[in-house]
Formats: sequence, C-alpha cells, structure tokens
Amino acid sequence: MSKRIDVKDLNVYYGKFLAVEDVNINIEAKSVTAFIGPSGCGKSTFLRTLNRMHEVIPGARVEGEVLLDGDNLYGPGVDPVTVRSQIGMVFQRPNPFPTMSIRDNVLAGVKLNNQKMSKGEADALVERSLQGANLWNEVKDRLAKPGSGLSGGQQQRLCIARAIAVEPQVILMDEPCSALDPISTLAIEDLINDLKDQYTVVIVTHNMQQAARVSDRTAFFNIAGTGKPGKLIEVGETHTIFSNPTQKATEDYVSGRFG
Amino acid sequence: MTTTSLTQSRGAGRAGDKVFSGAALAAGCLILAVLFGVALFLVIQAIPALVASPDQIQGGEGFFAYIWPIVIGTLIAAVIALVIATPVAIGVALFISHFAPRGLASGLGYVIDLLAAIPSVVYGAWGAAFLAKEISPAYEWLAANMGWLPIFQGPASATGKTILTAGIVLSVMVLPIITSLSREIFLQTPKLHEEAALALGATRWEMIKMAVLPFARPGIVSAVMLGLGRALGETMAVALVLSSGALTASLIQSGNQTIAAEIALNFPEASGLKVSTLIAAGLVLFVITLGVNMIARWIISRHKEFSGAN
Repeated sequence: MSKRIDVKDLNVYYGKFLAVEDVNINIEAKSVTAFIGPSGCGKSTFLRTLNRMHEVIPGARVEGEVLLDGDNLYGPGVDPVTVRSQIGMVFQRPNPFPTMSIRDNVLAGVKLNNQKMSKGEADALVERSLQGANLWNEVKDRLAKPGSGLSGGQQQRLCIARAIAVEPQVILMDEPCSALDPISTLAIEDLINDLKDQYTVVIVTHNMQQAARVSDRTAFFNIAGTGKPGKLIEVGETHTIFSNPTQKATEDYVSGRFG
Repeated sequence: MTTTSLTQSRGAGRAGDKVFSGAALAAGCLILAVLFGVALFLVIQAIPALVASPDQIQGGEGFFAYIWPIVIGTLIAAVIALVIATPVAIGVALFISHFAPRGLASGLGYVIDLLAAIPSVVYGAWGAAFLAKEISPAYEWLAANMGWLPIFQGPASATGKTILTAGIVLSVMVLPIITSLSREIFLQTPKLHEEAALALGATRWEMIKMAVLPFARPGIVSAVMLGLGRALGETMAVALVLSSGALTASLIQSGNQTIAAEIALNFPEASGLKVSTLIAAGLVLFVITLGVNMIARWIISRHKEFSGAN
C-alpha cells in the first residue's frame, strides 16, 4: 500500500486570486518528497490540494488534475471524504483531540470508516500505530490519559499515529516540526525515514537542512513578488537540488542568498 | 544619561492598577452581598410559614404538603421545555455555525435573538389565546390513542390550557438562550481540531461529532442550565397559559401548578401567614435553582482533564 501522485497543470485560486500557477510534478510511491521555498510561495496551499483539504477554506478552488495512481482526485463523483481517508495529513501544530484519550485519538479515524472492531483488534491496532510512530514506549502505561497532556513532540507523533492508523496511501505533512524543539524534531525526522518503507510521504518544510536530511526528492517553489502566484521552479533528486540545481533561483535559495 | 533605581516606580500606572483591582473587588463583593441579602430575606420572611402549625397553612396539612405538588409541577414544566428546546436549539445552532450559507446564517441568528426580545406576557397571551385552542385536538388524539400512558391519560382538557401547553410555550422562550450560547461555543471550536477530523476522512457530521460537540459540551450544559433557570422561574407565561389545579400525572388534563405562577397569582391578595407561605415557596425555588446550577458545574468539572483547557 502506497500510491504515487501525478499532478498535471494545476492552478489554485482563492476566489479570483491565482495563488499557485501551473504545477506539474510526479511524486513517487514509497519515497519522501520535500517542498521548500520562501513563506507565502504557495507550498502549503499546494500540499492541501493533494487531499482536497483546501476546500475547507472558503473560496478556494483548483483547476487541473491530481492523479492518485491514475485516478483523478477532482474527477466527477469523487467524494473528498474518500480522498482524505486515503491521503492523510499531519499539521503544523500538533492537534490531538483534547476531549479524547490517547487510545481514542489513535482510533478516531478508524472508527469513522470501520464498522465494529473487537477490543482485541483495537488494542492491537493502537499498539501497532503507536509503535509505528515511535511513541508506544512513552505512552503505553497511560493510554487512557488525555492526549493533550503529552509534550509537543509526543503530541505530533500521536497525530502521526492517528494518521497511519487508517492505513492511508499517502501522508502529507505541513511543516510538522515547526512548533517543536530540536530533540522532538529529530524524533519526527527518524520517524519519517521509517515511514517511507510503507507510505508515500510529502513534507512541506521551511528548514532546508531538514529537507536535505529526510527527503529523496525536493521541489522548490518560489514567488515573483507579493500578489503574484507561486510557482514550482524545479524538482529533482534532493542531492541534485542542493548541490547542482539547474535554476539560478533554486541555487540562490538553497545557498542562503535569499529567503 | 539618567539612571533609574530599582526602587523607583511609575506612580500613575500603579495608581491605575490599584483603582482597577479595587473596582473589580467591589463588584465581586457586591454580587455576593446581594445574593446573601436575598437569601437572608427569604429565610427570615419564610420562617413563620415553616414553623406554623399544619392547620394554619393553606390546605390545612402543613407547608410540606402545600409545597411539594407545586415543586413537582415546576419541574415537570421545566423538563418539558428543555426536552423540546434543547435538541431544536442545538440543531439550529449547528445549522447556523456549520451548515448554513453565511448570509442566511446571520439572518437566522438575528431572528432567533429576536425571539428573546418578546416580553413573556406576550408569549403567555399567545399560548392562552392561540396555541391552547389549536393544540387541544392533538390532546384529544393523544388521550384516545396513547391514553394507556399515565402522562397522556384522558379526558383531555377541552381548553388545552394544560401543563404540556405551558411547557411548549416555555420551550419557545428558552430556545433563543440555548441557541445563541451554543452557537457562540460552536463557532469557537478550534479550526485545528475540525481540520484534524476532516483530514482523517470524516464527513461534516462526523467532524461535528468528533471535534465540535466534545469541545462544546461544557458550553452546551451551561446553556441548557441557563435555559432551565429561565424555565423554572418563568411566571407570567405559565400564569396565563396554565389552568392550574391539583398535581396530576397526566400532562393533557388541566391541573398542576408551578411555584412562580403560584406566587404571582396569590401574592396580590395575600396577607399575614399566607405571605410567609408564598415567600417560603420562593425560597424553595431559589434552592432548586441553586441546586441545578451546582449540579451543572459538577457535570462540567467531572471531565476537566479532557476539556482541552490544559
């Protein structure tokens, strides 16, 4: 399980404002793809269009195609709810459900899709998901405690456990470490490395070292100026993007000359 | 360059602080003093009725025999009101906060708030002159078809002026309170949690069950309790709508009475011990309301750990 994503001629609009222009990108299965670029260049906006989460924002719409193993996410009759259960998302700030215990947080997504689950099966899934998120050893004795009592890094790993519990094809991460300390960030990065054995991972990050550390391929987004649409400048193997990019703008950005 | 020593402080700013904290303290104390004063008044005035010999109290069987039927009547009317109003109010609030298009939502919210601006005597007149008449065929039907349930036992009141009608009128009156408070709470649900639910593949309704309602639960309880407070204490509407009488289990016969309406109807002609009796009834209502509020706080605090406040 894990599928590839192919994006063709995608434009994203907020109302009449063109926010992201003409993106074409292929995201390989079982790999980590990082989106980097300056603030406001539309990389988070674009990430959200990969599981139709942009539709939560009033006025946001897209033109173009996003193919998940050949199936268009924006085809007629496609339910965004189904799309999101296949393509999970982890957000910038950890957001475990505060009213639920750690265990219920992990099971939250599964309970939606799944019919009845025996307690044994549920326990096994909770353990498997928390193991998968490298959190099991830290929380196994307090599964009934609220998720909001954990540290920021633990909460974020709980959110990842919640996302992988529904066994999605793809996991999108929107700056998952930007609210975390370096130690927690390291834990998440290790986790991303493990996740790519099973899942297709797409991560947006402001941190270029992070992109270099965790990703196989990197896409650089840029914006010509305020009010202009964001664009995908180039995409390639991470080491190529960082050592020998084809575009001047990419080189300037990764070498720290701007942004 | 001048140096400022640590012992110096800005005089004006500190004075503002002191005035503000003094005013806040005074306001807090005033509330306590007023509450205590009311309680004290009720207790002192009620004592004659509480200690009087049973045959002197209305009904001739003592204060307890006088008060308990109207306590039950009060609770019945309030419970009917809440049973009807709570689901409707939460539904309307959810519709406004999460389903309606923006233009419709604000218009609808305004109309609901307007319901709260109608004086209770108008509700009473509407209930007595219109609703009671229109609803009495429904009572006949209930008596004929569901009469085996004690609460729908016939014969149904021909005028329709029953405790059920009073409860329905009360439900319309408490609806705006519960709706507007719930709506505010629903709108405050963190976007983060709503998005978390949606990103897991939740439908809109599942997102509401997963993120909005749990977050709003303490707020809904408070809103319902405020509504209950109004339903318990509402006087004019019940006094006009209800054709009062002895306590009966049937909701569709005339009969039953609430404390507030009992006080309002009898107070003008009361004198001596009768006044004490009515004030004692008021004391009982006060205690019930206090109890209800304490239970509500207890319900809210039971799940503090999971409230999201930490």
